Amino acid sequence: MTSDSKKGWRLLSVPLVFSILLLAAPLTMMVLLSFWTQDYLVLDKTFTIKNYIEAFTQPVYQLLFSRSLTISLTVTFFTVLLAYPMAYFISFHGGDRKALWLFLITIPFWTSYLLRMFLWKVILGYNGVLNSFLLWLELITEPLTFILYNLNAVIIALTHGWAPFAILPIFVSLEKIDRSLLEASRDLGDGPFHQFFRVILPLSIPGVVGAALIIFIPTVGDYITPKLVGGTEGLMIANMIQVQFSKANNAPLAAALSVSSLMIVAFISIVFVLVNRRYLRKF
Amino acid sequence: MSQSSKYLKIFAFIYLIFLYAPALLLPIFSFNSSQIIAFPLTGFSTHWFKTLFYQETLHEALKNSLIIAVASSCLGTILGVFAARATTRYDFSGKQITLTFILAPLVLPEIIVGVALLIVLMQMGLSLNLWSVVLGHTLLITPFSILIMNSAFNNLDISLEEASLDLGETQFGTFQRVILPLVFPGIIASLLIGFTLSLDEFIIAFFLTGTETTLPVYIWSMLRFPKQLPTTMALGTVLLVVSLVLLSLSEYFRRRTAKSNASVE
Repeated sequence: MTSDSKKGWRLLSVPLVFSILLLAAPLTMMVLLSFWTQDYLVLDKTFTIKNYIEAFTQPVYQLLFSRSLTISLTVTFFTVLLAYPMAYFISFHGGDRKALWLFLITIPFWTSYLLRMFLWKVILGYNGVLNSFLLWLELITEPLTFILYNLNAVIIALTHGWAPFAILPIFVSLEKIDRSLLEASRDLGDGPFHQFFRVILPLSIPGVVGAALIIFIPTVGDYITPKLVGGTEGLMIANMIQVQFSKANNAPLAAALSVSSLMIVAFISIVFVLVNRRYLRKF
Repeated sequence: MSQSSKYLKIFAFIYLIFLYAPALLLPIFSFNSSQIIAFPLTGFSTHWFKTLFYQETLHEALKNSLIIAVASSCLGTILGVFAARATTRYDFSGKQITLTFILAPLVLPEIIVGVALLIVLMQMGLSLNLWSVVLGHTLLITPFSILIMNSAFNNLDISLEEASLDLGETQFGTFQRVILPLVFPGIIASLLIGFTLSLDEFIIAFFLTGTETTLPVYIWSMLRFPKQLPTTMALGTVLLVVSLVLLSLSEYFRRRTAKSNASVE
């Protein structure tokens, strides 16, 4: 071992040991537990895949998995779709106010996550802010009811909650684009439309992929938002994991549900990165 | 081009309204005299802020949250300094994959981290208390600290360190007297970000706290009582102001690292 790598490892071992103890060990323990069973308070440590069979065959869990994925994929799509033009605007038309725009975007997100999600309930409710506003404008004659206590509400609230996590990475990747490439494409006869789709968009894909993963992976496991604005038809897998853990007293099943969602999320993320590898390789 | 830039600007402003909607309602309702959180507003009042002084469970939760936030931001920053120093100063194989592993909590769903930690603590028969939350929060804060400290160490000029060693300082002396002062603003920025993150974290605290509540856990329980909502809004407004002050400070210190290092070069 060279002295550099010795010194490096000596320093890195401190956070590494901490992460092994508090991340790797707990995750391993969770995987182990998912192969055991529990009868009320007694833990049976014989190896079985019963929990996984239950997780993948019981209609209620299938429903929760597919709903969680639908929600977080929809949220990822809309957040990136809305964030891209914003990031583009700041990067290409922000002038010397770029830092100010970025600051303006992050301010509302330092409000407590809990309260932000709760306030969506106030906005989207039957007598909520949005309905009173639309009634006042006489755009509707009766309050809208399809926007609270269902999937839509969860999607709207999460699309709001994760916005900066999409804007910032996309902005960074747009900033990295060499502006002389744009001049070159213009000189070679590309109009604004071609320039965007043939030069800017492909070069900013790394930021889009990053943004999509940063949003998709954590939102699958969101607990607060479905609980506050989702009603019963908007509940997600994290809510079930918590119930199995506490009220149902079935920690092994909760562990199996956690491991399964992690696997599904990892699988989709890997496929997504592979599909886009053509654009990612250059960087 | 100017046509499309006009549309982009209009879009940017509408999007900004969407982003600000919930955060703007918070102060509005906390200064509204009505107990019901809805429009039309009934009148200006600071009553809900005054009630904050009489909530003893709130004070207890605040104290717990402060203990947790101070402890975990310190621990997270120490671990972040170790990791960032190792990876920016030395080159060795296995560095990238180890770093990726330590950074994993950045993207892992929090519920998974919470469940996994709870399982381990239960299996080991340990009781849940404030310190279990501290450990969980440290795990979350460390990656953020690494990212901040990485940029602080990256701006560092290696010749300063070599000069100090040549002039007879020991390794430790060099670190303490040359490197540490140069990255100190980065450390402050990391402490402030860590503190803010911990103060607002709910899921891990919800899983790992025993009988003692933290501030977000307290807010969560308050959300079920319609009568308590205006007080909760007032609390949220206070927290928002505190977060903004801490983050502006953190940003100030982060920029100072960049600046002071630039002037050394």
